[in-house]
Amino acid sequence: MIYFIEQCLNGLQLGMLLFLLAAGLTLVFGIMDLVNLAHGSLYMIGAYFAATFAAWTDSFVLGGVLALLATLLVGMAIEVIAMRRLYGRDHLDHVLGTFGLILFFNELVRLIWGPAGMTLSLPMWLLSAIEILPGLYYPLYRTVIILMALLVAVLLYVLVMRTRIGMLIRAGASNREMVGALGINIQLLYTLVFGLGAALAGFAGLMQAPILTVQIGMGENILIVAFVVIVIGGIGSVRGAFIASVFVGMVDTLGRAFLPDILKLMMTPAAASTLGPALSSMLIYLLMAVILVVRPEGLFPAANR
Amino acid sequence: MKHWLTPKNFVNAAIVLALVLVPLYAWMVGNSFVLSLSTRIIILALAAVSLNLILGYGGMVSFGHAAYLGVGGYVIGILAKEGVTSGFVQWPLALAVSALFALIVGALCLRTRGVYFIMITLAFAQMIYYIAVGLDRYGADDGLTIYRRSQFAGLIDLSNKVVFYYLCLALLLAAIYLVWRLVNSRFGMVVQGARSNDRRMRAIGFPTFRYRLACFVIAGTMCGLAGALLANHTDFISPAVMHWTRSGDLIVMVVLGGMGSLFGPLVGAVALLVLEEALSRITEYWQIIIGPLFLLVVLFARGGIDGLLTGAGAHRG
Repeated sequence: MIYFIEQCLNGLQLGMLLFLLAAGLTLVFGIMDLVNLAHGSLYMIGAYFAATFAAWTDSFVLGGVLALLATLLVGMAIEVIAMRRLYGRDHLDHVLGTFGLILFFNELVRLIWGPAGMTLSLPMWLLSAIEILPGLYYPLYRTVIILMALLVAVLLYVLVMRTRIGMLIRAGASNREMVGALGINIQLLYTLVFGLGAALAGFAGLMQAPILTVQIGMGENILIVAFVVIVIGGIGSVRGAFIASVFVGMVDTLGRAFLPDILKLMMTPAAASTLGPALSSMLIYLLMAVILVVRPEGLFPAANR
Repeated sequence: MKHWLTPKNFVNAAIVLALVLVPLYAWMVGNSFVLSLSTRIIILALAAVSLNLILGYGGMVSFGHAAYLGVGGYVIGILAKEGVTSGFVQWPLALAVSALFALIVGALCLRTRGVYFIMITLAFAQMIYYIAVGLDRYGADDGLTIYRRSQFAGLIDLSNKVVFYYLCLALLLAAIYLVWRLVNSRFGMVVQGARSNDRRMRAIGFPTFRYRLACFVIAGTMCGLAGALLANHTDFISPAVMHWTRSGDLIVMVVLGGMGSLFGPLVGAVALLVLEEALSRITEYWQIIIGPLFLLVVLFARGGIDGLLTGAGAHRG
């Protein structure tokens, strides 16, 4: 039972991480109608910045804050230099152009930081485990990730639904020309939204950096999972992205943890140990396929699309 | 047909002629690498031709086309490992399994549109990628070495590099001919009509879903053939063949050459692979050049090389 709860928490943590990525993706798609494959590169860049700045400043928190700002700037620069020219184009153009950006950033990172990965170690005060339930100890840092991501989710909700900027963002999503005609600098707004998405991806990257190795291409596999999330959740919907993130995080983690054992009940151990890992890594894609067959627009399609 | 002697036809003819002469050149300079690279270009061009059928003519942006390369290749590899080396069994089975896979994937994916279609085809490719990674008996992550190429009972010897090269080239040209016949047939017109306006096509009574699905299956089968060739060429098959960046490469080839043009995918495959080869000799960091190049193609040369040769503004897509 303890093990099950622990796995649920791991699932939640993966879900929160996915949400940070998916929120940026879905915002950019919902508002600018842009498919950004290079989102994973921003995740990677965030992690590299964090590892570098943390080493410079000798402080995990300060390094993280600097990395966040730096990723925000990189994101805004990408928007101004490249993305801006892709608005209103075919989705195929977005896929191709941002695919090129992935190659560019992977190589740029290799040029700057070298081919070997980096590690970012946690400060002592984050290394301990806390007792969540009697007898259940969970790493403090993973708990922090969950809480921080929840905080980001709430802030994002407040930003989009309760502030003037958020109102403009929503207005820009439904009618770009009208907002522009009313005297709003829509171009600047788009740059800010893209930067926000980049910062969210960078945040995900830097939070994940101490758990994984910081390496080239680290953003690509998780990006595809984030795409699964926004497709399940309904592209353009932040609420859908949140629910789908938790759902996908849970299904993936619990599938990996328990599916091989469940299969052993139904078939020979040899067959189960072959099929188990393959099936559990396929699980979320199967899930997405089933959901798209039943609801081709995802679970929570954005209302205005 | 207005005029045969256009720059475009000239380039296409020159490339085909050059490909025909490659073994002669390789023999003269004693450089087998050129032959190997050209074989690879031709096989990937075949895959790109199949993708062009659905992407360029059908408007279906499949981001998981490399999966069929893997499916075709793995059928060859698995059969070879299990002792079935006869090409008369291997190849039809590779095509049949690819077709079946395309039928299942197509039937599910074609219900969706736009970005959802891009993403779900990607998801299926990832799925099959992870299946291959999980195949412990067949090499899992490390891949599977194929010790014996497909045997055609002495009819044709695939381990002869020149023979194999010309077989690939013949199959590529046959595939281009097939695509030409298809897109100019009633079937092809319906598929292209569904690309421009699906609702209107259905309104005038065409069950476009079935047409698009058939087109999807043809493309998948053709790419499965490319996979079978690739496995025989490298004597090796691994999940890396199906990596999603490979699907991206195939899309790049099609767009670079010119979507919805007959020889475009071939031109694109030649251009991309030769460029990669040339850049990787100049610098280790060649992707830093080629990445932004893709972006520039998207921004300024939407019709690809084909569009540039035809003249600005005349591209389709």
